[in-house]
Amino acid sequence: MKLKKNIAVSETGFLFDPNSGESFSLNETGKKILQFLKEEKPEDQISEWFVKNYEVDQATFENNFNDFITVLQNFRITE
Amino acid sequence: MKPKYTIAVTGLNNTDNPGPGVPVIRALREAKEFDVRIIGLAYENLEPGIYMENTADKVYQIPYPSTGSDELMQRIEYINSKEDIDVLIPNFDAELFTFMMSERKLKEMGIQTFLPTIKQFEERHKSELPEYGKKYGLDIPFSKAITNLSDINNIQYEFEYPVLVKGKFYDAYLAYNPAQVTEFFNKISVKWGVPVIIQQFIRGTEVNVVALGDGKGNTIGVVPMRKQYITDKGKAWGGITLGDENLIKITKNLIEKTKWRGGMELEIIKTHTDKYYIIEINPRIPAWVYLAVGAGQNIPEALVKLALGEKPEAFKSYDIGKMFIRYSYDLIGDISQFEKLSLTGEL
Repeated sequence: MKLKKNIAVSETGFLFDPNSGESFSLNETGKKILQFLKEEKPEDQISEWFVKNYEVDQATFENNFNDFITVLQNFRITE
Repeated sequence: MKPKYTIAVTGLNNTDNPGPGVPVIRALREAKEFDVRIIGLAYENLEPGIYMENTADKVYQIPYPSTGSDELMQRIEYINSKEDIDVLIPNFDAELFTFMMSERKLKEMGIQTFLPTIKQFEERHKSELPEYGKKYGLDIPFSKAITNLSDINNIQYEFEYPVLVKGKFYDAYLAYNPAQVTEFFNKISVKWGVPVIIQQFIRGTEVNVVALGDGKGNTIGVVPMRKQYITDKGKAWGGITLGDENLIKITKNLIEKTKWRGGMELEIIKTHTDKYYIIEINPRIPAWVYLAVGAGQNIPEALVKLALGEKPEAFKSYDIGKMFIRYSYDLIGDISQFEKLSLTGEL
C-alpha cells in the first residue's frame, strides 16, 4: 500500500491532497498509520507496532487497518 | 523608477455574481514593475467597485455594447481625451466582441488591449465546443445548440438524462426530463437569447484553471483551483489551488495548439476515472484571478506587459494549497456620490 507521493500530512494530523484539493482530519492512530505508509513500512510491521503500543490484539487491529485503508482508497489518497 | 500606466478596467460589479474588475485592479495595484492609475468603467451606477476605496482613481459610466459599438467608442474616446489611457482590460463576456472588433480603433487612440482574436473567440463558443474538441484533440462533452422549443423533441434521442441546459454567455441548469429542459430553455432564452446549449452531463469534480497565453503558443501563467464553496449561482465563494499536473498539461496544450492570446478560464470536469472534460472556455480573466496572484502569479500584471508589447517571462511555479474566501461587506457611501455619477457619468 503506497500513499500518493504529494500527499501532505501536518503534525496536527491535517491531511491535504493537492491533486483534488480535499482535506481531512486524522486522529492519533490515523496519523501514525499515514506516517508509516509514507515511510513505506510493511503492513506486518505496522501491525506489530500497534499491538505493542496499544491495547489491541492483532486480528482487531488488522480488521480496523483494512477498513481504514479502504477509506484511503475511496478518497484516492493511495496509489 | 517604475513607469506609471493608466489602465481602464470594466467589471466593477463585485456582487454575489462578481465581475473580474475589482480583483484585476487589486492585482495591478500590487504589480512589481509598474505603478498604475486606474480608470473604472461602469455600466451600472451601483456597481460596488465604483465606491470601494483604493480601487478606481476615477470612474466613468459607459453605455452597454448593445446600444451600439459607435456609442461605446465615442464614450471611450471622450474618456481617453481626459485620461490618456495606456491599456484597457474588458472583463465581461458580453462586451468582449465589441472591444475585439474595435481593437484597431482603440490602438489609433493609443489604447492597447490584449484580447483573443475574433477566430479564437468565436470557435470556443459553447455552441461550437464539440467541433473545437475535434479540431484540437480535446475531450469535450457532447452538446447541441438549439434555437426553439421543437428542437428539444428532435434531439431527445441523442442525450441521456440528466442534461445541462446552458445560456450562450451565462447560466446553466441541470434538467432531468424534457419538461425541465423546456422550462430552462424559456428561462435562459428570455435572459440571454438563443441559442441555448444542451450539454451531456459529466459526473465528477469541477475544477477551474486561469491562464494567460502570449498569442504565439506560449503559456505565461497557469493556476488550477477547485471551488470549495459554491453560491446558488454556481459561483466560487471559496477555492483552493491544486497541484494537478494534468490540468496544467491540458491548458498548455490548448494554448499551444490555439495560440491563445490573452486571459482565459477553463472549466473542466475531472471524472472518477481521471478523465478531464473541458466544459467551458471563458475568453477572459475570471473573477477569482486574485487567488493566482496570492499563489505567486500576477496574471493581470503580465497581461498588461503583453498589451504594451513587452515579453514577460512565463511564471515557473505557484503555491499549492493557497485558498481564497470571499466575503460581503457593507460600504457606506453618500447620496452625493450617487448623484454625481448619475448626473455627470463620472466620479
